Formats: sequence, C-alpha cells, structure tokens
Amino acid sequence: MSTGVRRAAAARRGNLGDALFAGACQAAGGFVLLLLGGIIVELFIGGLPAFRAFGLPFLWSTEWDPVSEVFGAGVSIYGTVVTAVLAILLAVPLAFGIAFTLTELAPPWLRRPVGTAVELLAAVPSIIYGMWGFFLIAPLMAQYVQPTLIDSLGEVPGIGALFQGPPFGTGILTAALILAIMILPFIAATMRDVFEQVPPVFKESAYGLGCTTWEVMRGVVLPYTRISVAGGVMLGLGRALGETMAVTFVIGNANRISTTLFGPGNTIASVVALEFGESETGSLKLSALLALGFILFVLSFIVLATSRFLLRSRLKG
Amino acid sequence: MSGTANPALTPVKNPGNATRLSRRRKRTDLVIRSLSLVATGIGLVFLASILITLFVKGFGAMNLSVFTEVTKPPGSEGGLLNAIVGSLIQVVLATLIGTPIGMLVGTYLAEYARDSRFGDVVRFVSDILLSAPSILIGLFVYQLLVLPFGGFSGWAGVAALAIIIIPIVVRTTEDMLSLIPNTLREAVIGLGSPKWKMIVLVSWRSALSGIITGVLLGIARIAGETAPLLFTSLGNNAWSTNLSAPMPSLPITIYSYAGSPFQDWIELAWAGALIITLAVLLLNIGARSLLGRGK
Amino acid sequence: MSHSATSDTTTARPNIGAMQARSGAALNEAKLAIKDLDFYYGAHKALKGIGLDIPARQVTGMIGPSGCGKSTLLRVLNRMYSLYPGQRAEGQVLLDGENIIEPGVDLNGLRSKIGMVFQKPTPFPMTIYENIAFGVRLHEQLSKAQMDERVEWALARAALWSEAKDRLNTSAMGLSGGQQQRLCIARTIAVRPEVILFDEPTSALDPISTLKIEELIDELKRDFTIAIVTHNMQQAARCADQVAFFYLGELVEVAPAGQLFTAPRHPKTQEYITGRFG
Repeated sequence: MSTGVRRAAAARRGNLGDALFAGACQAAGGFVLLLLGGIIVELFIGGLPAFRAFGLPFLWSTEWDPVSEVFGAGVSIYGTVVTAVLAILLAVPLAFGIAFTLTELAPPWLRRPVGTAVELLAAVPSIIYGMWGFFLIAPLMAQYVQPTLIDSLGEVPGIGALFQGPPFGTGILTAALILAIMILPFIAATMRDVFEQVPPVFKESAYGLGCTTWEVMRGVVLPYTRISVAGGVMLGLGRALGETMAVTFVIGNANRISTTLFGPGNTIASVVALEFGESETGSLKLSALLALGFILFVLSFIVLATSRFLLRSRLKG
Repeated sequence: MSGTANPALTPVKNPGNATRLSRRRKRTDLVIRSLSLVATGIGLVFLASILITLFVKGFGAMNLSVFTEVTKPPGSEGGLLNAIVGSLIQVVLATLIGTPIGMLVGTYLAEYARDSRFGDVVRFVSDILLSAPSILIGLFVYQLLVLPFGGFSGWAGVAALAIIIIPIVVRTTEDMLSLIPNTLREAVIGLGSPKWKMIVLVSWRSALSGIITGVLLGIARIAGETAPLLFTSLGNNAWSTNLSAPMPSLPITIYSYAGSPFQDWIELAWAGALIITLAVLLLNIGARSLLGRGK
Repeated sequence: MSHSATSDTTTARPNIGAMQARSGAALNEAKLAIKDLDFYYGAHKALKGIGLDIPARQVTGMIGPSGCGKSTLLRVLNRMYSLYPGQRAEGQVLLDGENIIEPGVDLNGLRSKIGMVFQKPTPFPMTIYENIAFGVRLHEQLSKAQMDERVEWALARAALWSEAKDRLNTSAMGLSGGQQQRLCIARTIAVRPEVILFDEPTSALDPISTLKIEELIDELKRDFTIAIVTHNMQQAARCADQVAFFYLGELVEVAPAGQLFTAPRHPKTQEYITGRFG
C-alpha cells in the first residue's frame, strides 16, 4: 500500500511538474508576442506627437529642419527603398550564381568550404562593413567605378541621369553595393537550400531529355522552386531595409533626393542612428525619429511576413 | 490511339539547323556556368577583401596597450580595455537572460504547440523578430527602459541584446528538437515518465549540441551589434562596470572612433574591428564544427 | 529442371501461353551493343563484364533482385551516371556502332536519341503542353503550328490525347499518377528518340494504369527500341521480346522471353523465376 501511496504522490508531483513546465514554456511564447506587440506600441506612442503635428503628409514631405522643427519622412523613405531595391538587383544575380555553383557546378569536396565562406559574410558585423565600405570601397568607387560609369553610361539617354555628378565615392550607389554584399549570403543560402530540395529524379528527367545543366536549372529547378526563391529574395529585402551601421558610413547622409545614384542621401535607419544623439528628450525631433522607426517597422514587417509566407508555403505544400 | 507516325513528322530534322541549335545551347550553358563561377569568385573576393583589410589595418594598430589601457582622449596612448570588458559583460548577461527564454519558447513550439494556432502565431512572431531591424529593438528598449528609468544604462543594453538573441535560440531549439524521432519520446513516456522530465532529460540532451550551436551563433550576432546599443547603453569613455550607468562597448567605441578625425582613434577602431571580427568568425566556425560533429 | 520446386509458387509464374506466341519471333539486329562493360560506384564494382545486344524495335526486359545492377545498366545507356562524380563505366556501349561511353560524346545529343522514363512520374511544374514542348524545343526550332502538331502526335502515341486535349494549358500536376506517367512517355517520344529506356515505369501505379502503360510499350516498339527494367516478372513476360537476368552485377542469362521463362539454362535464373529469392 505504501508503494501505491508513494506512486500516487509521484504522479501528482509529475502532474504538477508537467503543468508548471508547460506553463513556463507557454508563458515564454506569450512573452515573445508581448515583445513584438511592445515594439509596435512603443514606437507608435513615441511617434504620435510627430504624426499629430504633421499628419499624413509626414510620409512624403521631404523637409527635415530641426531649427524650425519641421520634419518629413519622404527623403529617408525614398533612400531606404531605393538602396534596398538596388541592393536586391545587385545581389540576386550574384546569389543565384553562387547557389548554382554550390548545387550543380562545384565538385562536392569544394561545396562545403565555399558555402561556409559565403555564409561567413553574413556573420561579419554591420559596423565592419561600414568601415570597410568607407575606408576601402568608397575611395575605389570614387577613383575607378564612378568615373567609368559616368563615361560609359552618363550620356545614355534615359538612364544617363542616374550616372552623373561628382564621384564622391559615398552615396546611394555605394550604400546599395555594401547592402548587396551584406544580404548576398542570406539569399544565396536560401536558394541553395531550396535548389537542393528538388528531387534528383526531376533533374534526371530533364537531363534525360538532353538538357544542359543551365537548361535543367531554368526549365525545371527554377520553376519548381520559384516561390521559395521569391521568399529568399524578400528575406534579403527585409534585411536591407533595416541595415543601419554600414549604410550610415557610406550613404553620405544628406536630406535630399538626388536624381543621380552617386548623390548622397539617407535611409530611415541612418537618420535615426545619426540624429538620435542630437535630439532632446521629449522634443518633436525625437518623436519624428520614433515615427520613422514605426514606419520602418511597418515596411520590414510587410516584407518579412511575405517572405516567411512564401518560404513556409513550400514546406507545407 | 493513333498508331502510325505522323507523316508530317517523318522528314528528318534538318541536320544543319540541329547542329547550330545544339552549338548555341552549349554556348549559353557555358556562358552561364562561367558567370556563376565568377559570381562565386566575387563573393569570396569580398570576404577576402574584408579580412585582408582588417588584418592589415588592425595588426598595424595592435599592441599591448589596446588590451591594458582604457579609452583616452586623442593623442594619449589609449586602449580598448573598458570597451572590451563592457562588451563582455553585456553580451554574457544578455546571453544568460535570453538563452533560457529562447529555449523555453523553442521547446513550447516543438513539444507542445506543433499544431496549435497560438503556436503558429508565436513561431511567426519569433521569425519576424529574427530578421527585424535591430535598430528598432534599440528604440523600443529606449522607450521602455531608458526614458522612464532615468537614462542610458548597461542594463538597457543587456535587455536589447537579450531581445535580439531570443529568436535565434528559439529557431535552433525548435529545429533541433524537431529532429528527434517521436519514437524516442514515446519510449520515455512509455516508461511512465512525466512529459517535463522527458523533455529535460531526453529531448534537451539529444538536442544539446544543436542548441549550443544556436547560442554560439547568437552570441556572435549580438557581440557585433552596434545600432541597438546607441539607444541603450550609449557608451562610456571611462572604466565602468556599473550596469545602472552608461556602459562602454566595443562596437560603439569602434563606431565613434572610426568616424572621428583623429588618426590614433581611427587606428584603435581598426584594432577593435579586427578583435571583434576574429571573435565573431571564430565563434561561427566553432559553432558550425560543433554541429558538424554532432550529426 | 525440377517441377516440384515450382508447384507452390504458381502465382509468381508468368503467363506461359502468351509468351510462347512470342518466342518464335527472331530477334532483330542490335541497336545497342554492350561489350565487356564494367561499372563502378567509387571503388564498388556494380557491373562486371556485361555483354548484351539490345535488338532494334523490340523490347528487352531486364530482371533480377534489387541491387543486381539492372537499373545501373540502364543509367549507363544514356550516360545518366555522368552527372555524379565517382561513378564511371569501362568497356563499350555501341549505339549504331559508335561507343557512347567514351569521353567527349555529346551527352545532350545522345540523350535526345536515347530517352528515359523513370520509376516515379516526373511532370515538370508547368502546363501539359509546355511539358512536351520543353523537350522538343531543346533540339528543334518549330513553328507554333508544327509544335502543336508534335504535341498532339506525342500525346496520341502515349494514349493521353483524348484525356488531355481539353486541358493542355492546365498544370501537369493535376493529372492522375497514371496520366502523369503517360505524359512523361509522351514528353520522351516527342523528342523522337531512337531508343527509350524504362526504369520500373509502373512500380508507382495501380494495376489499370500499369496495364495501359504495358499496352503502350507494346505499341511503341514498332518505332522505338525499348529497354525496360522491371521487378515484375509477369510484366517482363508480357512486354519483352528478349529478357536478361542479372544477379550480383553480372548478366546471368539472356534469351528470348519465352525461352528464358520456360526453359532457363542457368540454375540461378530458374530459382529466381520460380520465386525462390528476389
């Protein structure tokens, strides 16, 4: 009987332990929700005075005048979107080439080390990209890349205007280039992973029809994985939108919308990082920065949620 | 079923055309394969260029006083000791706080909420946090802890870094626990073990190397974070281990020194950049080899 | 040959009547001639000294227990193994007298002459029409009208036209398993190969779909040389003119179908077809 009692007591303890442990796990899950909710709410509350003061035109107004306390998000939203989209345009072809190499072209013994090296690009801290970009890439851009582009594309009708102006080295194009390198490993790794998930028999079927390696990629692997590939690209876009330190170093930090890609500009993140130190507690400027943060949050949320939706739908279907 | 070959098809393919088509296809294939290899080369060149730049500039500036002296005004032989120690304190505390929370959330997702609506929401939110701009987490902690509690502090920096590491630990914990076969779980439950004991003694233990990998990768990530610290621990040019006051950190010091006009500060920034990048890359490589061995 | 051994395994025995009708027919001249073929997966030797003629416009069935090398041999015939480093073949495989396992052979051209149908249906993620046009476009430049004609012809030859003609522009993923497999056959013959390799084409299908595919194979051999790997001896008996039995990487016996199933010369063949192992 005493054994029975002991067992019953142990079972009760087990039940209690189970309840406590399950409760702790679930509470931790709830805490994560609170964190995201808290970010939304705090940024919104912080930005509220600015939203109140400037209304909806805050979103497109290009003014940023701390002296007369007039603020608008237009320039930094423009800079954020343009640098991120340019970064995607630069990064996607490179990422595809890397993923194609790692899944189809490189000999197997080389795939792991090269893959790891590319992934290490993602581990390098943002600030290091900033220094590297500012001290190494920007001078290279000023000396070689931008003059070449001005000479070759500057006079082309239509797109020529994008490649004009003094070659400072820093500016929108340089920021986009650094961003492209930073998001490259994320996109490449996603592409590689989904390419690898295409069942070999599909690829063999295509080879069996007489396809070349590229035709197998274009005809079968890419159609098969296009949704996930789009998800990977969106993930890269989401990362590019919110990058701060690297962009702050190389974008030139000027509140203006330039027609040329060589011109300086800013992004939401770079403005917040730079101007925050010069904003007083409770000032309208600080509120405008928090409002910018809120806008950045909404932008990234939409992009990241889309990315995740695209990447997950593959796993389930 | 049409049994005979279609007469329109019977003439043999024009051999000249076929050869030309085949040659063009092979040329396209060769061009794209070559471009892909070039793209891979470019990626590797970027990495090499970053590392070489860091080594060249960082080693030139490296000397013993980097590790023995605190940050000082320009022109007076300063080091990075206070920044290094400040970073260590904040990263270690953030890891100690963030890891258990992340593990519990990951455990919840893998062991309790595989098919629950609430679990899906938590998983979604955690994945969003994983890629959300870290600067926003800094702003959030500023609003939450800095403004109401009277100023920038080490604790605020710790909180921001902890929030960043949580979703990293969540992801690896859930992924690693999901790899454990259900038969193993059933075997333990079948012995009459309560579920929590099964999780702690069997699931966690089986997933240990994977979870450690995730934590190491998380540490590598937060060690280099700069933007969130701008709004939380702010930085401090003096020696400070007081978590209630502004606290120095390596990334912030690098940031302010690299943007300064003083040559000796810029050199110290390179030294700091080399230190932090080496630490981060070694953590990454260590974590990967740990996972590779566990498999 | 002992009959007592077969008495309790009649279910595994093929339909002898149907085969005897076939066994009288002589075999045609060789389309593919395999001579002294060795094959290696790294250090492991998977095929040993294979010599086999595959007669033109007839069906060669390849049987044997799992791991005997029959699928490996099929993958040598269109050089599929070349995709994988570490796999290599030595010896000769002559297609109309030309050795196709030499280095420097144009693999894309070779595979347009030797098509392959796989164990599982492999429709590409595109429309039915595009699935067929995809392979044709690789090798020929056709006008829209010619392509339409080719697609119809291929689908008709694969006995899928009547089922697919109203849904050519819908995704091929929506077809049933049996239809998908016939689509893959249509896709293969649309390229107008000379040889078609079937790698257990019905192992993932239900009996009715299987029957359709078998009828199709019988139909296709008027124009194409066919080699089929199968686990199912009845299938080999129903479809094949010549059957080759493989065991442990060696070709044990090859004979006209009727002869191999009724009067195998080798005791291993006897054991296998009577169901003692495999």
